[in-house]
Amino acid sequence: MAQDPRITPIIDPGAEAARRRRGRSWAILIVLLGLCALFYAITIVKMAHF
Amino acid sequence: MGVEAGERVPSFDMVQEADYRDWIALLKPRVMSLVVFSGAIGLLVAPGHLNPVLAFTAILCITVAAGACGAINMWYDRDIDAIMRRTQNRPIPTGRIEPAPALGFGITLAVGSVLVMGLALNIAAAAVLALSVCFYVFVYTIWLKRRTPQNIVIGGAAGAFPPVIGWAAVTGSVDLIPLVLFGIIFIWTPPHFWSLALWANDDYRRAGVPMLPVVAGAKETRRQILLYTLVLIPVTLVPYMLGFSGRLYGITAAVLGLVFLERVYRVITDRQDAEGNSLTGDAPARTAFKYSILYLFALFGALAIDRMVG
Repeated sequence: MAQDPRITPIIDPGAEAARRRRGRSWAILIVLLGLCALFYAITIVKMAHF
Repeated sequence: MGVEAGERVPSFDMVQEADYRDWIALLKPRVMSLVVFSGAIGLLVAPGHLNPVLAFTAILCITVAAGACGAINMWYDRDIDAIMRRTQNRPIPTGRIEPAPALGFGITLAVGSVLVMGLALNIAAAAVLALSVCFYVFVYTIWLKRRTPQNIVIGGAAGAFPPVIGWAAVTGSVDLIPLVLFGIIFIWTPPHFWSLALWANDDYRRAGVPMLPVVAGAKETRRQILLYTLVLIPVTLVPYMLGFSGRLYGITAAVLGLVFLERVYRVITDRQDAEGNSLTGDAPARTAFKYSILYLFALFGALAIDRMVG
């Protein structure tokens, strides 16, 4: 069937889902890196106390 | 691929996948500010010194645990959240996050924050943190919230734990002073929350949540606000009377308390109908609610400053 040129999707739901997934992945990466840095700092502080 | 004539084009509303902001919303970030502040005050006023990294870790654990409580609360209350206008756009009622992952998220954060607190700080702080999470989830959310108009009174204890946790993180124990700070937040919660509930109880009425104005009426709620405020003022003076703080805190607490009492007096004498419903759009209750937030921040801020300069 020919595509009606008058109807154009404003938002591609696939692209929107991918954008959200990408945002989530970045957020998880940032949280994980933050936790690594925090645990590293805690270890250094704890070791300095002993 | 294109779109055929007559075919429905999915809009933003039809895309139900959650993004990271929905997961953050599960943590009730607005509720966190008081938790972070009062936890930090517990750390600051406690005798002793804590390494800044460990102090940051303690506050982070308190914050994350509070967020976990929010997520578990949203999981449990998803039925009434869908009814109440204020909450119907939350991630679970809108379907952006399924209930089971929300619960898993909350439990993971709660367990993680208690473990990190225990490993990085001490067992006492971790134990009080675990107790506060259990109290909020089991006593307030699951047991009391839908059963009694005293839900806020006893449930308020859950929000009163952070200074005790902060204190325990520094000292490794729980003393009389952190219990007084606990008492201040505990007694402050009912007048603070009921000032809001006086003018925002339609949602609770619709959802069948027995908040005091819904069950006992506005007149009784006003009376209870006054009673708790009258008890609150002397309790805030206990740190000064015990010699834990100096005159700066004592005078500040007295002045802030008297202003709070004046605001509450206006709530009592607001123009009302026979049932005690406001004829002024609850303007005095709105003022008292806003002041109650400022009151607690100023009171605890004065205590911290007094301890630092004293």
